[in-house]
Amino acid sequence: MPKSLDSFAPCACCDRPLTEEEMVTRCHEIVQEYKDKPGGLIPALQMAQSLFGYLPKPVVKAIADGFGKSYSEVSGVVSFYSFFSTRPRGKFLIRVCLGTACYVRGGKDVLEALKKKLGVEVGETTPDRNFTLDVGRCFGACGMAPVVMINDTVHQRVKPGRIGELLTRVLTGENPTAERERA
Amino acid sequence: MINLTINGKPLTVPEGTTILEAARSAGIAIPTLCYLEGRPPLGACRVCLVEVEGARTLMASCSTPVAENMIVRTHSARARAARRRVVELLLSEHDGNCPTCDRNRTCELRALADSLGIERLPFEGSKARRRVDSSTPALVRDNAKCIKCRRCVAVCSEVQSVGALFPQNRGFDTLIGPAFTQDLEGVACVQCGQCAAVCPVGAIVEKSHVEAVWKALETPGQVVVIQTAPAIRASLGEEFGLPPGSRVTGKMTAALRRLGFHGVFDTNFTADLTILEEGTELLGRLRRTLVDGAKGLLPMFTSCSPGWINFAEYYYPQFLPNISTCKSPQQMFGAIAKTYWASKIGKSPQQITVVSVMPCTAKKFEAQRPEMTASGVPDVDFVLTTRELARMIRESGVDFLSLPEEEMDVPLGISSGAADIFANTGGVMEAALRTVYEIVTGRELPFEKLHVTPIVGLAGIKEASLSIRNVKPEWSFLEGVELKIAVSHGLGNTRRLLEHLKNNGSPYHFIEIMTCPGGCIGGGGQPRFTNDEVRTRRIAAIYAEDEGKPIRKSHENPAVQQIYREYLGKPNSETAHRLLHTHYHPKQP
Repeated sequence: MPKSLDSFAPCACCDRPLTEEEMVTRCHEIVQEYKDKPGGLIPALQMAQSLFGYLPKPVVKAIADGFGKSYSEVSGVVSFYSFFSTRPRGKFLIRVCLGTACYVRGGKDVLEALKKKLGVEVGETTPDRNFTLDVGRCFGACGMAPVVMINDTVHQRVKPGRIGELLTRVLTGENPTAERERA
Repeated sequence: MINLTINGKPLTVPEGTTILEAARSAGIAIPTLCYLEGRPPLGACRVCLVEVEGARTLMASCSTPVAENMIVRTHSARARAARRRVVELLLSEHDGNCPTCDRNRTCELRALADSLGIERLPFEGSKARRRVDSSTPALVRDNAKCIKCRRCVAVCSEVQSVGALFPQNRGFDTLIGPAFTQDLEGVACVQCGQCAAVCPVGAIVEKSHVEAVWKALETPGQVVVIQTAPAIRASLGEEFGLPPGSRVTGKMTAALRRLGFHGVFDTNFTADLTILEEGTELLGRLRRTLVDGAKGLLPMFTSCSPGWINFAEYYYPQFLPNISTCKSPQQMFGAIAKTYWASKIGKSPQQITVVSVMPCTAKKFEAQRPEMTASGVPDVDFVLTTRELARMIRESGVDFLSLPEEEMDVPLGISSGAADIFANTGGVMEAALRTVYEIVTGRELPFEKLHVTPIVGLAGIKEASLSIRNVKPEWSFLEGVELKIAVSHGLGNTRRLLEHLKNNGSPYHFIEIMTCPGGCIGGGGQPRFTNDEVRTRRIAAIYAEDEGKPIRKSHENPAVQQIYREYLGKPNSETAHRLLHTHYHPKQP
């Protein structure tokens, strides 16, 4: 499985983000690893996203070329799955569930609170590159609705009024499962 | 074999047959908007739903194989209601500006709504977002009209192996188009227009030159001439209700005169010229290879099909040196009309407008290539598809079916039967062999009716070899040579052939490539809808046209002989190179 988003290190010796050219170069290794495996395209895209944080168009093109598939086909795959992003993402990806259960239990209000708090719209990233706001369609945790997924952690019964606290805990690295324990 | 009952009628069909195919074989029409002959079922449109006894839900007949003792009702009240509902939902997000749509007369969705008796639209909802892409010279796409049936996706990726169009995004936001919903010019589209040929609605159409041609015809002092590709005469009649395969050369000529063209000429003339130039080039490449030991000159590929040229420039640049340097007959015609013919009538190239009628959308791209200006201005000004010409004829009020048969003008309207067969797969090769074999041996090509039977027909990749014996003294280096040839049509077949050559080397001397399945008679600009039966009939019409000509070989065309005497000197002369040959470049979108 690809590494989680938290651990991506663009460069071993510094925090400088990779240029798109450098990403494309690294894509060749990813392609070599996956291209002969059945169903290897999606794992390769996941690996690329976990390494680079997102999938810029040149990366999608390079992976398409490497797999001998058309650019339009691979972009179709990338744009189909909401887990793939073609824009740079923040350190934390916040996905607000708007599946049926979460929706009726206030998912929309949670989303509005996050938009207001972060000052971004869905799909956007805060200027400090800390948070990216996105929506999801059911994470399979309907019994705990409304839920918000931040990177790999599901936060349950999220209350719009306590969004600030949640974000602070996430940023300071305080036990990310606190919310679940409290419930 | 499987026994089943459809609408009370017992049927026996082979195992693996779908309900849709079984019904069609029994003369029961189940409508569909996404079915494509010869392709795996898409199951995208849901229009072909039928009732299968014992099944919980209605089944998509295109993707459900028949089973023993199956009882199917294709037009039960339940099936009809569901079908109507599916179409109502499609219409709810479809941009329904039918009177101004290019597909007004030929829209499959519109015809289906009619046959289902839809009288009002019960659903009001969001419409698909309009985004018109006119970035390429050949095609215009309008997402608001797209019903996401994915026929274009299947034909572009599976038949043509180009893959320019794929579904992007998901759900209601799905758009069928190039990567990241950008314009077509941003991806390696060859502009063959097969997507426009299979689109059931007006979401992909050719970029129209009709208004520009009317304007040229109405410009005082401007000499406007027209050339028609060989494939048009075997298909134009379909636009006026004639069955596929009707030959309308004479009526078409009469119609073009009525439209006001000052010269009604024939791309066939320059097809004959192409054979002289390309045949001579082939013999030159053979001589340099066999006598001088030159490497890399063979095989030689034909160069008439501009979609194939785009395909090679994007995907197979290593083969560009092997493509004949001959321009396509369309471009040769433009160059000759604006130089040789212009001087004959005492006009400058600027005073002449050359219009083509092509079965092709890629020809619109080809005409605007910067290399295609041998006369100093664009050699071909406007390119009409077969469909656009039919529209002009309708607009002019000419009653096509009651027109007399007329002859084309001289000298650029004179052609041999070899030129006619440029319209179908195997035809350019056969035309070239008729001339080359005779030049080398002094004898006629040794096939019945001059047809090279192994390369006739719709098989995807065809090959043959021709033993060359008892040559004339000046061709002694060809004595005993087995000339190996291959023919491919459809770019998917072409990709398979090229991959094979790339990995195994080429045993061939000469290879004909046509972009579209069946060749030009199946082009992206032809009357809809083209399937293999229609292709077969059009090809039969083309061979009949060829066999009906008094002259069957390009080198015997007196007008071609005359132009060499008066103007070009001999094939591959310096003048010929300047006007009739070109070069290719590797390219990226």
